[in-house]
Amino acid sequence: MSNAGNSQPNSAPAIHAEQLCRHYRMGETVIRAVDGVTLEVRAGEFVALLGSSGSGKSSVLNLIAGLDRPTSGSVIVHDRNLARLSREELARYRLRTVGMVFQSFNLIPSMTLAENVELPMRFAEIERGKRDSLAREALTRVGLQSRMNHRPSELSGGEQQRAALARALINRPELLLADEPTGNLDSHTGTEIMNMIREFNRQLGMTVVLVTHERALAEHYAQRLIFLADGKLIGDEASSAFVATAGTERERR
Amino acid sequence: MKLPDLAELAVRNLRESLLRNSLTTIGISVGVASLVAMLSLGIGLQQLASRRLMKSGLFDTVVVTSRRDLRNFNRDQEAGGPAPGESRILDEATRQEIEHMPNVLEAYPDIRFITELRYEDKPHLTMVAALPSSAQSTDAFDALQGHFFSSETAPEVVIQKTFAEELLGKTPKSGLDETNVAALAAPLLGKELTMRYAQREAAPPAASYVGSDKANASSDQGLAGAAYSVVSRELKFKIVGVADLDPESMRGPTRARVFLPLKLAESLHVMQPTDLREVSRAPGDQPVYSSVNVRVKGPGQVQAVEDAIKKMGFNTFSILDASRSIQQFFKVLDVFLGIFGSLALAVAFIGIVNTLVMAILERRREIGIMKAIGASDGDVKRLFFAEAGAMGILGGIVGVALGWAIGQVINLGTNVYLKRQSFPPEHFWSVPWWLVAFAVLFSFLVSLAAGLYPAGRAARLDPVQALRYE
Repeated sequence: MSNAGNSQPNSAPAIHAEQLCRHYRMGETVIRAVDGVTLEVRAGEFVALLGSSGSGKSSVLNLIAGLDRPTSGSVIVHDRNLARLSREELARYRLRTVGMVFQSFNLIPSMTLAENVELPMRFAEIERGKRDSLAREALTRVGLQSRMNHRPSELSGGEQQRAALARALINRPELLLADEPTGNLDSHTGTEIMNMIREFNRQLGMTVVLVTHERALAEHYAQRLIFLADGKLIGDEASSAFVATAGTERERR
Repeated sequence: MKLPDLAELAVRNLRESLLRNSLTTIGISVGVASLVAMLSLGIGLQQLASRRLMKSGLFDTVVVTSRRDLRNFNRDQEAGGPAPGESRILDEATRQEIEHMPNVLEAYPDIRFITELRYEDKPHLTMVAALPSSAQSTDAFDALQGHFFSSETAPEVVIQKTFAEELLGKTPKSGLDETNVAALAAPLLGKELTMRYAQREAAPPAASYVGSDKANASSDQGLAGAAYSVVSRELKFKIVGVADLDPESMRGPTRARVFLPLKLAESLHVMQPTDLREVSRAPGDQPVYSSVNVRVKGPGQVQAVEDAIKKMGFNTFSILDASRSIQQFFKVLDVFLGIFGSLALAVAFIGIVNTLVMAILERRREIGIMKAIGASDGDVKRLFFAEAGAMGILGGIVGVALGWAIGQVINLGTNVYLKRQSFPPEHFWSVPWWLVAFAVLFSFLVSLAAGLYPAGRAARLDPVQALRYE
């Protein structure tokens, strides 16, 4: 199954956003965080959302993640229109379909790494015995088998982000959404994390949406770059660097 | 989320802010403790009162009198029945008839008379009454110095404390009487009392002209042999007991201060006030009583026995109605005590709300993370509920223990005081099992109710806002 996402040109879109809008009201003024964005991401694709701060890239990611609802327009992920899901259905969508990593790691500080990784499985009502072994397996995969019973505060940023990755992937989601995952890391650790994400994209066929403001990073890892400014889509192009490096491997669109 | 997971998460979250949650839980405990203390005091007092009242024999006793004697009272009762002159006589045959009625334990004549008792050659006038041997189980004799009558015919008396004071020439202090009964009994027990009384003695049928006169006056009843003579007698008694409490406190002015064994008193044939009238009506020399006390198996049967005796044509009296209003009083008392006890719990309620609202502010980000990784509104809500409930159960258990301990301490302290005043120890603090269960459940439910608003607020928290919040 490992190369399924990449090897077959998959025409069915994993994500399809149509005229997506998210407006906030701040007193008198209306802030158009996302303003009529239409985009498509194919299953197994690695896409980067690029833009300066306030461009709306994180807002688009939150809409795809089902953390937020569009003011108008639609986001369809694997044939489900997120705008029409109930709060309960959205929670289940986040639990089963989406894995998220954040710039600030967002591990729960009072829990050990094992407990943090295990938490989504609690919400999924997976048995305790199975949870323990899956959590251990996931942490081993990111190289943290010796740190399972440590709390996040006892770990370096890179280790925390690896644990967050393990948590994001624990329920085997189809979508990995990463919001500036290297923002709080030094370049060496950042590379390490990005390599892991690329690994998951390639080996598990997981669709990845990366939000970043670093064009070089996006070009190095993503297949496609989507540019946003002031809530609007201003560019959508294939990554030249990616094509260059990927050419040695195999296929490209 | 499954319940065990929920409980585990709730407990670990509570442990994270240990100080704040402990303080809140202590608040609940104090609330529950005050509720338990108040209610158990109410229940304990009620049990004490009903135990006392039941034991006093007041609530299972029916007093039967002939309608002849009470002709001037209670005209309503008489209106329907036979005319006083024709109503039945309360004699030995009637007493036996009553004694054989269902649910009747015993029926004994009420013998009481005012007479002179000499102690160390000083005369003392007082009311004397006869007691059956069953009377020794009433609580009035709980703190008896000495002992009860050795037999129903023994020439022994039990005297009441105030009479003992009189014999010893001590004037009772006004207000709270704190004379030690043991000190009073010591010089009196075993001493002799001489009773002078008027004995009624049957006269031989033909010997008295008084008798024939009477017979003429009511010849229709043909009462030969009803004549009697009155003889002055003396009898020596040994003081065997001194009662601290007044066994007849409810009787008011007719209460006795000296008690004789019943069988002995009957054999004395002391002149009774009613004898003068009954002499013309009593058939033969059967004793006639002015009143008979009927002891019924339990308060529940009093009404039926009373009705049956009324049908026989006698007046009856019992204090059952008084006990009903006493129970009503305790119900009201319980409600009031419960309300006061709940006040502290209401304060604890606000404490829980406050703690959980604070927890939401503090754990905003954590709630956002949980939602981002797939927690539903329901999961978050249930987690906060579980935390409130865990504090409630824990606070309830600690509170019940605390309330129980407070009760024990107060009980102990009061009994030390009672003992110093030479009263028998009492158990007026009762924590029944249902109260324990009720208190813990109530505390749990109150805590859940307190969690209602914070849990709802946590569940509605917008994850995007919560995650943005640093």
